[in-house]
Formats: sequence, structure tokens, C-alpha cells
Amino acid sequence: MEPKVNILIVDDEEIVRESLANWLEEDGYEVEAVENGARALERLPAKDWNLAMIDLKMPGMDGIQLMDEIRKVRPDTIVIIMTAYATVDTAVQAMKKGAYDYIVKPFNPEDLSITIRKIIEHQKLVKENIYLRKELKKQYRLHDMVSKNHKMIEIFELIKTVAKSSSTVLVQGESGTGKELLSRAIHMESPRRNAPFVTVSCAALTESLLESELFGHEKGAFTGADQARSGKIELAKDGTLFLDEIGDISLKLQMDLLRVLEEKEFRRVGGTQLISVNSRIIAATNRELTKAIEEEKFREDLYYRLNVISVTLPPLRERKEDVPLLVEHFLERFNIEMGKNVEGIAESAMRLLLDYGWPGNARELRNVIERAMVVTKGKMILEADLSLPQAPGVSVSDGRGKSLSEMEKEHIRRILKENRWNIIRSAQVLGIDRVTLYNKIRKYELKKETVLNM
Amino acid sequence: MGLTPDAMLRKLQDHLRDYLSLPVRITGNMPVPERSFERSRNQYNSTRILREILRETPADAIKIVGIIDKDLCIPILTFVFGEAQLGGMASIVSIARLRQEFHGLSPDDGILFERLCKEALHELGHNFGLIHCHDRECVMYLSNTVMDVDRKLSIYCESCDAALYGKTEPWRM
Repeated sequence: MEPKVNILIVDDEEIVRESLANWLEEDGYEVEAVENGARALERLPAKDWNLAMIDLKMPGMDGIQLMDEIRKVRPDTIVIIMTAYATVDTAVQAMKKGAYDYIVKPFNPEDLSITIRKIIEHQKLVKENIYLRKELKKQYRLHDMVSKNHKMIEIFELIKTVAKSSSTVLVQGESGTGKELLSRAIHMESPRRNAPFVTVSCAALTESLLESELFGHEKGAFTGADQARSGKIELAKDGTLFLDEIGDISLKLQMDLLRVLEEKEFRRVGGTQLISVNSRIIAATNRELTKAIEEEKFREDLYYRLNVISVTLPPLRERKEDVPLLVEHFLERFNIEMGKNVEGIAESAMRLLLDYGWPGNARELRNVIERAMVVTKGKMILEADLSLPQAPGVSVSDGRGKSLSEMEKEHIRRILKENRWNIIRSAQVLGIDRVTLYNKIRKYELKKETVLNM
Repeated sequence: MGLTPDAMLRKLQDHLRDYLSLPVRITGNMPVPERSFERSRNQYNSTRILREILRETPADAIKIVGIIDKDLCIPILTFVFGEAQLGGMASIVSIARLRQEFHGLSPDDGILFERLCKEALHELGHNFGLIHCHDRECVMYLSNTVMDVDRKLSIYCESCDAALYGKTEPWRM
């Protein structure tokens, strides 16, 4: 059955109220008629009013004042102002203030029928549209991730299924593709969601620090270990242990980790007591592990232990159709976080985003949008608000004859210098994570130049 | 109202009785209420007339339909063919705009009678609680023009008929 359409009539003349109500009721509308603005405001909370037909001239609150009040309480209610004496001024005023229509009594019945049907049809479409968009979003969403790319949707579906098990998952993909977000989504979809999700950034630590970070240590295990400490594996009890940049750990730690995975127990550094492990392990890397195995930098047996369920996140350049969806997602999020009300992005700005290669993937896009939302002055993000890496000073000709890695090295050096080697800020500008930046600094042997403070 | 019961009214009486299987009788002529005249528009306010009809309704009436030869209106609309209380007692039908001569054509009693039957069935339908029907051929389709009236048939569609059948049950002959 179609939902009831509610119409509120406000007119000080009884005969108008009665006749119009009769006429509308014959058309199947639910009608209520009141004699003044105050009564109308009383009735507003009672129903989901689709339409209010309001007389312009009434004692007390006039039609336009009442419309203002209605728009505050029920912005979705459409208002038609009725009057016996039309003046251009009042008509303009009514329409400016948001009246859908301004009608002069008497009105042709056919026109009024069409107007009302149009309003109802329009409202139905708006509601349907909102519903469909929500449904669509549900389909394209996995916790904090959105995508309409078929590969990503397949991954979302896979995650929803495997999350219920305790199998180890290996997440591969370039920096910024959302490996950690996906891992968190697995955790949130799993029965472990109320237990901790513990992250270990394997690349950021030296071998001995990482060992103690993972396994914990007993008092006196090494110099400085003045008290016993639980490792991340213990902290992730009943929950999920996320090992980021697993491709960067030493062969010794690979061996230790393999043992944990096989035996489901371990000892703290310097400890003798065996501690059992029941957390789910998710490992992530942006390296090609098969290549690392060939180069004997990664143990094949550990790879197979980790690679029970394997997910490879595609880079953003291979799912450009997600750029508008991600932009909308980030806008929504930053509007809430920053208390802003940015409504969208100009078409030319969107074109720029679509043309860009996104080496830093979705994270880079997020940073670009975040920055744009800080600097934008209006309701729309414009081209000028975007800072895509085509910084002045690095012209195309500068790069001629240079290899990609030389360009990358130079670019990173410059950004680091500009940000006074603040790693977090530089990583943000570059659209990569901290760990990746450290790796690149190591790879290119970049060193902080001494700056003399004069 | 303001009409002497003529052949056409008696034909309408027979038609409604046969079609609805309800007892139908013609009441005495009721004068057109003066208060219903809208001088500035030279039309009669149908809502005010309905009120008068209600006052004059015989106690044993199931429903009452006023037939009038005046052009009807309500304050917000330029004209109405009739008016009914939805699910209520009374309704009114004007034949003024149903006449061919109103539209500059030669009088035709056959056409007028057919239109009158449709509008009487339509308003009675409202009195029995039916609302406008989406079926363009159903007599309960909303007519805003005389073309709309001519396009629809003088019968209820299947679903309106079923609804009406239920509502007229207690009085059916």
C-alpha cells in the first residue's frame, strides 16, 4: 500500500478550510485544517507533513512567517502560499523564502491537481533516491573502506566470509592502499571484535627492539630491562595481531615467528615459561614476497604459513572509478571531524584528481582532500584548493634524462628539507606512511644536512 | 435544487436504482440557498450548499445527492463539477458545465444525461468512502474538465466496484 500523504491547510476562513479539505480528501489525501499559525505549529510534530497550504493573510502570524517557522522544524515539508490578492512583492518574497508555489485564489482545479501530484511525486523520488543511495553505500562499504571497483567488492565479500574464521591473512598492496584499514575491518567483522586489535610496525624497529616488542621480555633479559613487560603478541590475547611490513623483518625473527605460528606458543625474551597464543594474525606488506623468497630474504615456509588467505589490494590508479566515491567519503568524514560544511568538489577539481596517478594511493588522496578542506573558503573544493605534487620549481625538463628513482630520491630530499626532516609531516606531504618514508630514506641513503642557525 | 423534477431526473433515479441496487427516491424541490451565492464570481459556493442539504436531509436517507443547475465553485478553485463529503452523507452535482451549450455547442440531452449519471455515481462513490481512482476509465477518476468526464465510462472499475459493493451491502435490494 502506498504511504499516506499528509496535507496541512492553514486558513482563517472556515469555508476555505472545509471546501479545500473536502476536495483534497476526495483525492485520497489525509488532510487536517487549522485556523491560524499558532495552531499549525502545534500540529507540526504530529505527522510527517508532505505539504502545507497556507493562506498569506491571517490575523496574528502571517503565511510567510509561518512558512519560516515550518522550514525550521520540518524542512522537508513543501509549502504553497495561497492568497486572494496577488502582489508581485509578496509573490517574490514567498518564493525567495522557499515556498514551492504561490497561488492566487481562485485556482484552476486541473492546475492544482497537477501541482500537488508533482509535489508528491517529487518527494517520493527524493525519498527513493536517499534510500537507494544508502543501499548502494552499504554494498560499497566495509567499515571505513568504500569502493565500487569489482576487485575491491570481491575482497569485501571475501573478508566478510573469512573474518568469521581464525585463519591467518596476508594482505599485500602498495603503500596507502588501505592494508591496515582492511585488517581492522577483518577484526571488526570477526567474533574477536571486542578484544584488542594490536599493531606492530615491523620495519620501524631494529631486530632486538622488534623481538622484545613482539614477545615481551623478563626483568634483566638485557641491559635496561629493569622490569618484565608483555609483548604485543600477549597484548593481542583473544584479539588480532597485525604485523605491518612483515617483509622487512630479519631472518632470525622470521624463524621465531614461524615457530609461534606453528606451535601456538612462545617465550618472552629471557623467559622460560611457555605462553600460549590464541590471537588471529594478519600480516601486511608492500613488498613482493615471492621475489624476496627468490632472493632468500624471506623464508618460504613462513610465507606459506602466513599466506593461508591472501588479499592483494589494487592501487588507486587501477580503480580510478573510486576517486569520486572516496572524495565523497573523505568529505563526509572531514566535515564531521573539522566541523565544516563543505558540500562537494568542483568539476574541474575532480577532473584533476581523476587525471592524477596517485602513487600514494587512497592515503594520498585523503591527505589532499584534508588539506583542501582546511584551505577552502567556500562550500566547494576548487582546483586552487588542491595541492597535487606538481610543485613549482620541478619542471618536466628538470627530470629529463633522470631515472624514476633519481627523481624520487630528489623529491623526497626536497620535501624532507622543506619540512625540516619532520618525518610525519613529510610522509603526509608525500602521501606515504612513516615506515615507507624510513625505508626510502635508508634506500637512498638520505642524510639530514646540518643547517647552521645564524 | 431549483429544478422541477423532470424526465431526466426520473431517468437518473431509475439508472441509479438499477445500477447500484439501492432504493432511490426524488425529494421535493429545495430552493438554492441565497447565502451560497458568490456575487463577485457569479457562482455558487458548493460547500455552503452542502451544509444546507445536510440540514434538509430526511431521517431515513442512506445518502443524499443534490442536483443543481448553477455553476459551482469553492473559494480556492475556479469551479467544481460537484462536491462530496468523503464517507459522509451528502454530495452535490452541478449540471451547468455538463451542458453542451456551456461550451458553445448545441444542446444535447443524451450527452448531458450520460455526464450527469457519471458525476452522480462519482459523488455517491465519495459518500460511500471511495477516493479518486487512477484508472482513467473508472467513474471515480478525477475529472477536471468535461473531456475527462467524457473519457471515463459510466461504471466503476473492478476494484472500486468491489469496494462499493461492500459499503452498500446493508441497503441493497
